[in-house]
Amino acid sequence: MERFGFVFLVAGLGFFVLAFAISAWIPMLPVAHLEVRTVEQMAAVPPLEFIELKEQYPEAFAKAFGDKPIEEAFAEALRIGHKTYIGEACWHCHSQQVRPWGNDEAQYGQRSFPEEYNNELNMPPLWGTRRIGPDLIRRGGFHSNDWHVAHFYHPPDVAPVSVMPSYHWFYEEDGLTPNKTGLSIIAYVQWLGSWVDTRQENIHGARAIEAAYPAPNLIRPEPPVKAPVQQDDGGMDDGHGEDDYGYGDEDDEYGY
Amino acid sequence: MRQILLGDESDNPKPALTGGAHALVNDKLVKWHLVAAIVWLGIAMIGGMLYSLQLLQHWPLPRIAVLSPGRIRMIHTNMVAFGFLTNAFFAMLNWTVPRLTGRRVASDLLGWAILGAWNLIVLGTYIGLHLGEAQAIEWGETPVWIDPLVVVGAILVAIQFYTPIIRSNERSMYVSLWYFSAAFVWLGLTYIMGNFLPQYIVAGNQAGPLLGLYIHDLVGLWVTPMGWGMMYFFVPIILKKPIWSHALSLVGFWGLAFFYPLQGVHHFLGSPIPMFAQYSAVVTTIAIEIVVTTVVINFFMTWRGSEGSLRDSIPIRWFWVGALNYLLTCTQCAFQVTLTFQQVIHFTDWVVGHAHLVMFGVFTFWIFGMIEHLWPKLTGHEWWSEKLRRWHFWLTTIGLAFMVLALTAGGLVDGFMAKGLVPRETILTALRPFWLTRTFTGLFILTGFGCLVVNMIATARVARRAHVDVDYAPYEVLEEQTAGATA
Repeated sequence: MERFGFVFLVAGLGFFVLAFAISAWIPMLPVAHLEVRTVEQMAAVPPLEFIELKEQYPEAFAKAFGDKPIEEAFAEALRIGHKTYIGEACWHCHSQQVRPWGNDEAQYGQRSFPEEYNNELNMPPLWGTRRIGPDLIRRGGFHSNDWHVAHFYHPPDVAPVSVMPSYHWFYEEDGLTPNKTGLSIIAYVQWLGSWVDTRQENIHGARAIEAAYPAPNLIRPEPPVKAPVQQDDGGMDDGHGEDDYGYGDEDDEYGY
Repeated sequence: MRQILLGDESDNPKPALTGGAHALVNDKLVKWHLVAAIVWLGIAMIGGMLYSLQLLQHWPLPRIAVLSPGRIRMIHTNMVAFGFLTNAFFAMLNWTVPRLTGRRVASDLLGWAILGAWNLIVLGTYIGLHLGEAQAIEWGETPVWIDPLVVVGAILVAIQFYTPIIRSNERSMYVSLWYFSAAFVWLGLTYIMGNFLPQYIVAGNQAGPLLGLYIHDLVGLWVTPMGWGMMYFFVPIILKKPIWSHALSLVGFWGLAFFYPLQGVHHFLGSPIPMFAQYSAVVTTIAIEIVVTTVVINFFMTWRGSEGSLRDSIPIRWFWVGALNYLLTCTQCAFQVTLTFQQVIHFTDWVVGHAHLVMFGVFTFWIFGMIEHLWPKLTGHEWWSEKLRRWHFWLTTIGLAFMVLALTAGGLVDGFMAKGLVPRETILTALRPFWLTRTFTGLFILTGFGCLVVNMIATARVARRAHVDVDYAPYEVLEEQTAGATA
C-alpha cells in the first residue's frame, strides 16, 4: 500500500503535472497575451476568391447561403469548410505550417508565426504531421476557384499523379456545380494564408527576413511561377504595412 | 514475488483461480475482451489496407461519402489504439492483476460494464468517423460528444483495478503493478488534457504543445506501461524463471515516468512553439531512449539460457521479435528526434514506418504472444493447428519487416526530394514503388492475421465439442491434460 501510494502520487500525478507545467504551460506564456480571434472577426473582409465564387456560382451560392451579407456568408463557409477539412482528414495529408528549415520557406513562402494560429479555427490547431500533398497555409489564391472545382471532383484530372481522393459529394447532382460543402471547402482553402503579404516584393516574406537578418548581399530565391496577386488582407485588422510582420518586432502590426 | 511468479498460476491457494462464481479471475471476461480486440484489429487492418490502395490511385469504393479514404485512415489509427490495444490490455489486466495481488477485481458486474461501455465507445467512434464527425486531434479523433464517456470509462477502469492493488497485502509490488498503478492515472489525465483543453480552452500556438503531448502520452503513458507490464508478467511465466533484474525494471519505470511526459513537443519540431520547449523535448527524448533500453536488456538477459524456447515456444518468439523491434525503435527514436533528421524526415513516411514499428512491431507482437499463451488456457484446448500458428508468425514478421523498410526508405526519398525543392508531382511518382511494396506487405500481414483468426475460432469450436457438459473449461483441466507440453 505504501508503495502503491508512492507510485500513484509521485509517478502518476506528480511527474505528469510537472511535465505539463514544463512542456505545455510554460510554452503557453510567451503567446498568452495574443487575442483569440473569432471566425466573424476574420471573415470581416472576405478574400477576392470568395467574392468571385459568388459570381461564378450565383444559384448554388444563393441556395447555400441565401441572401446573407457576404461577410456572414463567408463566416458560415469558413466554419463548414473547417469542419469538412477535419472530417475528411485533409489534415492528415496536408500540413499547415511552414518550418524555418528544410527549405520549407523556398517552397511555400513565409515561415509560420504564432499570431496566425490564434483563432477559433485553430482550436485545435491543424498543423498536421504528414505532407503527402503540399502544405496549405500559404496556398490561398495559389490556384483559381475553377481549378479547385475541377480538382475536388477528381484530382487526377488536373494533377495526373495526384493520390488525393475524389469528393463527389461536394457537388450537386450534375457533378459540375459545387454544393454548400463544396463552396465552403473551397472558401476555406482559398482563405488559408490570405493574411500574408504575397506581393512580388515580399515573396517568401523576404522583407521580414531582410529586416531580421540585414545581410548586405542577400540572395533571394527565385519567386515561384505565380502571377502577383493583389489580395485583400482577408480579415486581419489592418493593411499590409511597409515593414516586416512584427515577428519579434516592437511594431504591433497585427493589432495584438 | 518470486513465489507468485514461480509458484505458477495453478497452485495459488485461495480462492480457486478459475471456474465457478468465486474464482479469482473471470476467464470469460478475459476471453471476450480478447475477442473484441481481435474484431477491432481486423477492422483496423482492413482499413489500413484500403487506404494504401488510395495511395496507388486504386480506390475500390468510389463515390461513397461515408467510406471516404480520409475517414478510413482515421478509423485505422483509432481502432488500433482504442479498439485493439486497449481491449487487449483490459484482457491482460483482468488476467494478471488478480494473480499478482491475490485479490479479485472490484466487481464482476463492473467488469462486464466496462467491456460493454468501452466497446460502445469504440463503436461510437467508428460510426462517428464514418459520418465525418472527427475531432482534429491525432490519435484522438473520437467525436467530441464521445470524449466525456471515455473519461468515465477510464475512471471505471481505475476503480476496477485499483481495488485489488490497494487491498493486496503484498509487501512489495511486482514491477508490472507499478506500471499499471501509474498508467490508470495517466490515461485519464492524458485524455482530459489532449481532448478538452485544445478544443475548448486554448487556441493555436498555445494548444499546439498539448496536441504533441497527447499523441505522445497516449503511446508513452498508456500503451507503453501496459505493454511493459504485460511483458514483465508473461515472459517469466512462459520461461518459468524470474526476470533478470527487478532493480533494472524499476529504473525503467522511474525513467519512463519522469522523462516520457516531457517529450510531447517533439511531434511539432519546427512549428511556432517556443524553441526552449522544442529543445527540452529533444533532450528528454534522447534521455528516455537510453532508459527504454533497460527493458530490452532485461528481456534478453532473462531469455539468455533458454535459447531453445525460441524454437519450442511460439509465444516467446513473438516477445523476442517484439523486443528486437523495440531495440530498433529506441535507436531510431534517439536519432530521428534531432533537428538535423527532422529537416528531412518530419513530414514523410519515415514517421509512418516508425509508428508501425512501435505500435505493431512491438506492442501488437507482444499481445500476439500473450494471445498465443492464453487462448488455449481460456478455451481449455490446445491450439487447433500448429501450422497456422507458424504461418501467422512468419507472414506477420516478414510483412512488418518489409513494410517498415519500404516506409523508411520511401520517407528518406520523400524528405530529401522535398528538401531539394523537387515538385510534389515528381515526388509522388518516386514514392509509388514504395507504396506498392507497402500494400503487398500489408497483404502478408492481413493473411497472417487471417491464420490467427481461423485458428482461434477453430480452437474454440473444438474445445466446445470436447467439453459438451461443462459450459466452459476450467484451465486446470488443460494443465492436467497437457502437463509437460510446451506453453
